[in-house]
Amino acid sequence: MASSQDTVSGSRNVESASEADWRARLVAFSKSDFVRSFPFWFVPFSVMALGVYGGIGYNTLISLTDYEGFNQGPDFTQLDFEMYVQAMNDPWVWTTGKNTFVLLIVFTTVTMLLGLFLAIMLDRGIRFKEQIQTIYLLPMALSFVVTAQFWLWMYNVNNGLVNTLLGVVGLGPFNWIGNPDLVLGAVIFALIWQFSGYAMIVFLAGLQSLPDDQFEAAQVDGASILKTYWRVIIPQLKSSSVSAAVVLMIFALKAFTFLFSMFGQYRVPKATDILATLMVREAFKLQNWAYAAAIATILLLMALAVIAPYLHYQHKQGSL
Amino acid sequence: MAKATQSQDESFADILPELDYWKIGLSLIITIFFAFFIAPIWTGLVTSLKTSQAVTFTTPFVPPGPDGFTTGNWARAYQNLATGFVNSLVMTVPSTIVSVFLGSTAAYGLTLVDWGDRAQFTVLILFLIGIFIPYQAVLVPLSDFWINIFPLVEILAPVWELSFMQREHARLLSLTITHVVYGIPLCMLLFRGYYLTLSDELVEAAKIDGASIATIYRRIVLPLSKPMIGVVFIYQFTAIWNEFLFSLTLIGSSSSPAATVTLVLSGLGADLSGIDYGLRMAGALFAALPTLIIYALFAEQFAKGLASDA
Repeated sequence: MASSQDTVSGSRNVESASEADWRARLVAFSKSDFVRSFPFWFVPFSVMALGVYGGIGYNTLISLTDYEGFNQGPDFTQLDFEMYVQAMNDPWVWTTGKNTFVLLIVFTTVTMLLGLFLAIMLDRGIRFKEQIQTIYLLPMALSFVVTAQFWLWMYNVNNGLVNTLLGVVGLGPFNWIGNPDLVLGAVIFALIWQFSGYAMIVFLAGLQSLPDDQFEAAQVDGASILKTYWRVIIPQLKSSSVSAAVVLMIFALKAFTFLFSMFGQYRVPKATDILATLMVREAFKLQNWAYAAAIATILLLMALAVIAPYLHYQHKQGSL
Repeated sequence: MAKATQSQDESFADILPELDYWKIGLSLIITIFFAFFIAPIWTGLVTSLKTSQAVTFTTPFVPPGPDGFTTGNWARAYQNLATGFVNSLVMTVPSTIVSVFLGSTAAYGLTLVDWGDRAQFTVLILFLIGIFIPYQAVLVPLSDFWINIFPLVEILAPVWELSFMQREHARLLSLTITHVVYGIPLCMLLFRGYYLTLSDELVEAAKIDGASIATIYRRIVLPLSKPMIGVVFIYQFTAIWNEFLFSLTLIGSSSSPAATVTLVLSGLGADLSGIDYGLRMAGALFAALPTLIIYALFAEQFAKGLASDA
């Protein structure tokens, strides 16, 4: 009935058919899932995009100016790469770049190995597993500002727990914070303390997703426990490892807060100064806004060099 | 049975040592790491209860004796941090609620509604990059935005006439909004992981029954999200409470009336000649109190949030 009516009206009024068609499509579009779901994702998306991508874009623009201080705004009429040239010729940028790199690699590697070790230990069917896991993960719930206070005290030359314990075995005391050869290692150690619980949780989730029978089959075949882990179990933790490594590297790039709180305001020692602390010092202490923006761009590129391959890998695995 | 007694030596030799050494070793390792993870926090706790004399002359992790015990550090920490504590609470609660809500709607629009694979994927990638960027990359624009482009202090000028408000509190509002903006991507990711595990059937059935996209969210998805809202809320509350860099950028001075608790803590005891460890440890624990309480109550959800974040 309805369809015959449609055909009748269609043949009667040929000129407006295309218009009606267009209108129908518009109505359909306005009722489509795209439009209906638009408010749900577009509002958060645009807020986020303004902050993240607008911020990055504006930061890049500022890095091309000579902006110093807030008395007058940045001058956008003269844009050049002067700040980047200056950064490349600044030995301090190279020092902090090197420290950032060492921190990134050593911290991530050791934290992952320790996390994997702890996960395997906890996965061996021990008692009080939940409670132990809770304690191992506890540092993760604390702020960098808080953990920096604890470790400053731990590393104290005269009364710190680290030197007290070393004294028992006849070592030390060492000036962990004051000695340029030791301070970066001391910082990395404290960060490992804070984040190995995180690596453990990621690996535990990975281990628990593996079927038990593989382990049993390897044991039946006469493989030792060590060999079973090395040959059968660990290779299957690849995707957990990749996720943990990326998140840990991002944490390492954010270690700014820990350093800033530990060493009091802007006085981070050279041996453990990283690009993130240098950037904040240039911006908020020395008011070299354009220069700080350029350093921020370098830091962002470092982060993207970690993130982009990770997202590509996740996409290829079909796990995005 | 007889056989067992006969080969008792043998079974003793190959079962007991292997099994028990392994178990003892395992317990030992687990205990050592237990001590490793708890030591700085425990040391901080006992130090916070010692007089400065006791801090100097006793072993760091040994609890204070009766003559070395004091609650003075906690009283001073409270005095120094109470305002910051309230500021952090005033800032953290709304920014957590808003970012969790927006994260949930974004995840809904990106997973349970299908509006074009490619476009949806692009939006998703843009969200994901937002999680990982170092905040240094947006700090200069951020302070320029809140000071020069959108100065809330001047915009909200009439509000500062209220007796209990101070001009600096506008910075606290900027900080709240900033945390919402940069908190959305992670909340989105956490909800997305959860929504992908929900069965499509329920949503599809509701759709066939003629429910609109908004109705499906309100009537079906939101009620089903309850456990995940808890997880994301705990995760996000902890993250925002613990955050420092944005506070430093937008509020700046630890003596500002709008300073958050992390900002005040970072400068606590810095004006003294030496570092007052008793005060610092009490301050650190006081500042960490809300996250420690939340962690003690909801450790499982916290771990869940972390695991699904990867």
